[in-house]
Amino acid sequence: MYKYFLRLLASVLLLLGFSMSANAEFKVGFVYVGPTGDHGWTYQHDEGRKAVEAAGIKTTYVESVPEGADAERVIRQLAQSGHDLIFTTSFGYMDPTNKVAKDFPNVKFEHATGYKREHSNVSTYSARFYEGRTLLGHMAGKMTKTNVIGYIASFPIPEVIRGINAMTLAAQKVNPNIKTKIVWVFTWYDPGKESEAAQALIDQGADIIMQHTDSTAPVQVAEKAGVWSFGQASDMQRFAPKSILTSIIDDWAPYYVERSIAARDGTWKQQDTWHGLNEGMVAMAPYNSAMGSELVKEVEKLQKELASGKAHSFTGPIYDQKGNLLVAEGKVADDGMLAGMSVYVKGVEGDIPK
Amino acid sequence: MNIDINFLGVLIGAIMASSVPLILAASGELITERSGVLNLGVEGMMIIGAISGFALMIITDNLFLAIIGSMLSGLLLSFIFGFLTQSLLTNHVATGLALTIFGIGLSAMIGKDFVGIPGKEFPLLFVNLKEAIPLFGPIFFGHSIVFYFAFLLPFGTNYFLKKTKIGLIVRAVGDSPVSAANQGINVLLVRYCCILYGGAMCGLGGAYLSLIYTPQWIENMTAGRGWIALALVVFATWSPLKVLVGAIIFGGITILQLHMQAMGIRIPVQFLSALPYIMTIVVLVIISRDSRKIKLNTPTSLGQIFYKEK
Repeated sequence: MYKYFLRLLASVLLLLGFSMSANAEFKVGFVYVGPTGDHGWTYQHDEGRKAVEAAGIKTTYVESVPEGADAERVIRQLAQSGHDLIFTTSFGYMDPTNKVAKDFPNVKFEHATGYKREHSNVSTYSARFYEGRTLLGHMAGKMTKTNVIGYIASFPIPEVIRGINAMTLAAQKVNPNIKTKIVWVFTWYDPGKESEAAQALIDQGADIIMQHTDSTAPVQVAEKAGVWSFGQASDMQRFAPKSILTSIIDDWAPYYVERSIAARDGTWKQQDTWHGLNEGMVAMAPYNSAMGSELVKEVEKLQKELASGKAHSFTGPIYDQKGNLLVAEGKVADDGMLAGMSVYVKGVEGDIPK
Repeated sequence: MNIDINFLGVLIGAIMASSVPLILAASGELITERSGVLNLGVEGMMIIGAISGFALMIITDNLFLAIIGSMLSGLLLSFIFGFLTQSLLTNHVATGLALTIFGIGLSAMIGKDFVGIPGKEFPLLFVNLKEAIPLFGPIFFGHSIVFYFAFLLPFGTNYFLKKTKIGLIVRAVGDSPVSAANQGINVLLVRYCCILYGGAMCGLGGAYLSLIYTPQWIENMTAGRGWIALALVVFATWSPLKVLVGAIIFGGITILQLHMQAMGIRIPVQFLSALPYIMTIVVLVIISRDSRKIKLNTPTSLGQIFYKEK
């Protein structure tokens, strides 16, 4: 009996020792809103996490965490269990992140797509996806034969509206006759509904399908119908090899690695990051050669100009649907206006649903 | 936007294709409910069918096996429900809800390795006729075999319940299990069979989504269609042919609102998404005012636990 007790004690001590040494190690935690297998938003965040891991830093993640009370519990749990830096990767984690940050001043927090930095240990970051939309608009304007561009939109929030506007402005520039048809599906992913929306747009004459939803269903429908399409969030090329012209890729990896190393080395500072093509947070998948080498060259040039700041997605004059001037000639839209964008630009048909 | 005749055909064809999973799941659930068992696990069985079908298609590269497998997996899941509610006498509602939650979780776990793999093309029948005949071509031709099966199923179900002896037994068990048992009918056996059949049809409905409609696997891809199917059974007042009509209406709402948006006609999307449920409530109110109408088809013992004293 006594011998067993000793053995047990030894193993408990050993375990304790392990967990204590684990606690001392630098650790990064990730909180995801969806499953890592959604092949969209969360999938790309997890690719970023893997890059951090590859850089020799230990990471953990919690997936499918609903926004709200559960989120706070999960974030708090990560902070308590010895994580030194925590990425919370959905808009709805904004308040919980700030709340937990207050109680753990020594832990660093990074919140994606939010704007609240109530404590000095909270940073925010997001990507300028609209720069990618400008490139898509250019290609769509050149490639369309029917002059109808079909756009599957998720929720009427500034990020989505910004994408529609950026795409339309760029398409108008190369083809003044284009028409943007928008279908709102009110979901981030529902493959059935997304494919129905894509089919509806194609049936009504769209020969370009664009999506601001996360599943690969729309590009598959486009492939079957023989029209052009663009992938979203990750490279969806293998789902529609003929149809996809390119995909906008969210590449969080460099940012995650950089911030994790900074936090480990003690150089981490609070900041608000909004990176785009220039920094590589928004990247483009290889261009489909079916659009012709000339157009590929054009788009590559535009991509370089957007990255260097020589070109801007929202260069004046820009008018809203009623003809009010939004951005004056020769000016570009500032970040404040972009962040709060809630009207369509001239040339987009229909109203924004409320 | 001028609506030409071919566009109309394409539109109706799309509506019918979108109603297939609803018809399959609702027809299966209808038989289960007519035997007096209320299985709220439709969504769970559909999603299990979806992942099993897709996984088998990837592993075996055989679509026939995938379809059979999806039905078997739905059947297996419904067996758990049957065992709990019929043999262990648990509450139907609670067990059914648990089955849905279990199915969604289990499918996500199985599906981890199947995310991001493009599905295989499912063979479509009569594709050449689709283009050749205006209006009716896109409506009736160029669909998968499951599509045709789904549209024949309600007629078969109707015949089974009304004209066959076994159908009569199922109805007897659903209306009064005690009298049926006194007549020498093995109530448990009948109910087990009806539960398993319902599970198999739900599995097939799920597989239609992951193999034919949007050939890929994504977590939670049934996206509430199981609940619509459940509402549909009530909407149809437990009549197989009305299931067919209801499924086309419910499927049509989604497709029509997308087309209306693309045409620039604005209607609140949220209202349309809620419409199937609102319509179900309206039907419930109407039939509950006329007790004779509902009594014709409603299984009287629905959801009640049957216990045979020995």
